[in-house]
Amino acid sequence: MLKDKYASEIAQMLAKYPVKNSAVIPLCYLAQDEYGYLSIDHLQEVADILQMPYTDVYEVATFYTLLYTDPVGKWVLQVCDDNPCCFTGGEELVAELETQLGIQAGETTADKQWTLQRVKCLGGCHGAPMLQANLDFYYGITPDKVPALLETLLQQEQRGTMSISGRFAER
Amino acid sequence: MAGIYENGQGADGANSGTPQLGRIFEHGYPGGPANGFGSEYPNPFLKQHIVYANRDVPNIRELAVYRQHGGYEVAQRVLTTMQPQAVVDEVKKSGLRGRGGAGFPTGVKWGFIPKDIFPKYLVCNADESEPGTFNNHEIIDLNPHQLIEGMIISGFAFGATAGYIYIRGEYAYGARVLEQAIAEAYAAKLLGKQLWGTTVDFDLYVHRGAGAYICGEETALLESLEGKIGQPRAKPPFPAVAGLYAKPTVINNVETLTNVPRIMQHGADWYRSFGTEKSPGTKAISISGHVKRPGNYEVPLGITVRQFIYDVAGGIRDGHELKFIVPGGASSPWLINKPEHLDVLLTWDDMAAAGSMLGSGAMIVLDETTCVVAASMKIDEFFKHESCGKCTPCREGTHFLTKVWERIEHGHGRMSDIPLLDDLGKQMSGGKCFCLLGPSAVAPVTSALKFFSDEIRQHIELGRCPLGYNHPPVAAHAVEGGVHTGATSVLAR
Repeated sequence: MLKDKYASEIAQMLAKYPVKNSAVIPLCYLAQDEYGYLSIDHLQEVADILQMPYTDVYEVATFYTLLYTDPVGKWVLQVCDDNPCCFTGGEELVAELETQLGIQAGETTADKQWTLQRVKCLGGCHGAPMLQANLDFYYGITPDKVPALLETLLQQEQRGTMSISGRFAER
Repeated sequence: MAGIYENGQGADGANSGTPQLGRIFEHGYPGGPANGFGSEYPNPFLKQHIVYANRDVPNIRELAVYRQHGGYEVAQRVLTTMQPQAVVDEVKKSGLRGRGGAGFPTGVKWGFIPKDIFPKYLVCNADESEPGTFNNHEIIDLNPHQLIEGMIISGFAFGATAGYIYIRGEYAYGARVLEQAIAEAYAAKLLGKQLWGTTVDFDLYVHRGAGAYICGEETALLESLEGKIGQPRAKPPFPAVAGLYAKPTVINNVETLTNVPRIMQHGADWYRSFGTEKSPGTKAISISGHVKRPGNYEVPLGITVRQFIYDVAGGIRDGHELKFIVPGGASSPWLINKPEHLDVLLTWDDMAAAGSMLGSGAMIVLDETTCVVAASMKIDEFFKHESCGKCTPCREGTHFLTKVWERIEHGHGRMSDIPLLDDLGKQMSGGKCFCLLGPSAVAPVTSALKFFSDEIRQHIELGRCPLGYNHPPVAAHAVEGGVHTGATSVLAR
């Protein structure tokens, strides 16, 4: 259970706010890092910690893009396909990743290694084409750099703890 | 919290231990240009940076280095020798206007806070999410202490005892930088109780969002910070009276707050020596798209659009010419390649007079290869994705606008779509939506119809892009959420 395993981190989160409910997003991030995604049971656990109605937590988890209520891969690759990235190589990057991973954007590989998504502007337009892998930005990813990027991410996975929510550094 | 400088990542912004990472991909600031994108080029219009002050000082994000360059001396002097009202007056006198987009005078905003209700909150809006905007996270990534110092002084000015920095969820790196900087500041007693032996208390916290553009709207931000979904509140009451936890609250943009220490250091008159009479100071402007030197550049307000694109950002990429500019974030009406537009001054008032807006200072520059239909479709797709769903004109309108653009883009457009787009736009603007997100989605519609109606008509007639651009159809589930299991990874180990 989160409340036992992460008692001190949760206490620190709650101490930041005069009202407990404010910690719902940080707690969802914590649950998502622990369990890989947010199932009904995981959301219920968050609701219990905050003494919030389950439906309110569910509403939050489904409103925000970075809270995943479906299972995702170990690496969530989110490619910016917004203006101006789509005119400066973003579409080519999506196509190359789809080919290399053998999936379409929006899907997860069967081995649960990679999830590929299109996302809206990440604020990395100056380094287009760009993507975020578990919320770390990678700039200037032209299609020729895709194999090396995937290799790098696999190496990182070997090295350290994973945080799909970007709570701690992993490189 | 794990240190952000771990794992071979040098504190100077270079990847010292794992060279195969940053040098290939230029990821994060570690590995990118050490002082931020754009810092490697000369800036002909500004010798002394305000917002990106000390951009060229290595390790300025560390407290010790920031203090060697005079850091927190201004906050100390202000808190120990000045009255709060004097700070408000000085900032009012400086003419500092909110950098988040609206350009509202900051000192005036602080003046709305009632004296007799406690506690009061200062919230920093770091939910920078509008397409084309990336100037705030460079301040945070590279120089977090100037923002923190700005928040201490600003909080003191109107009596806030706690501050929250609401940073968009995607800026996980920036959030870790801030966490580390705040921890350093607490350890040095620059945050917390009885600062510098005075009776002034100021606590500061980082709060991460989770991917919702609407949370940049100040009341939606407050809802989100209170643990709810990010939907805007009805005003009044205004946040100044009943904001965060129903207490008096000021919400200021990152760049606005970062200006404050320099204003208090050198005075309002010095600040007014930059920029114009009605738009004093400098502005950090993000420029991206088909220019030679995309990046962030701080320039005095009042230079022209032409000067910014050609003299600062190096002009359009070789062999191409300018087609149109989205000058202030995706919600701003476009400027096109004609002298009246290129010679507009970059100030709030001049941009508004030209029918556009300075907005958040995010310039997307696109050349003649860009399909106007695809560009409009992508912008409206953004607003459709980010509509919070609270009010009908925006929720349905952004959906229909995108649908119409999509069918034109993919060769199924009808001539009747042109008046239809115009009609949809009218139904979404003029105060019919709950907040400004809905009308923002109309900006590309009016701009495209105004400047490029022939191209749109041609697109419909030909059943394809006259420029030969072909945007792949995107399945609804490809964007966020909707995750499906597909084939085995070719890279499976």
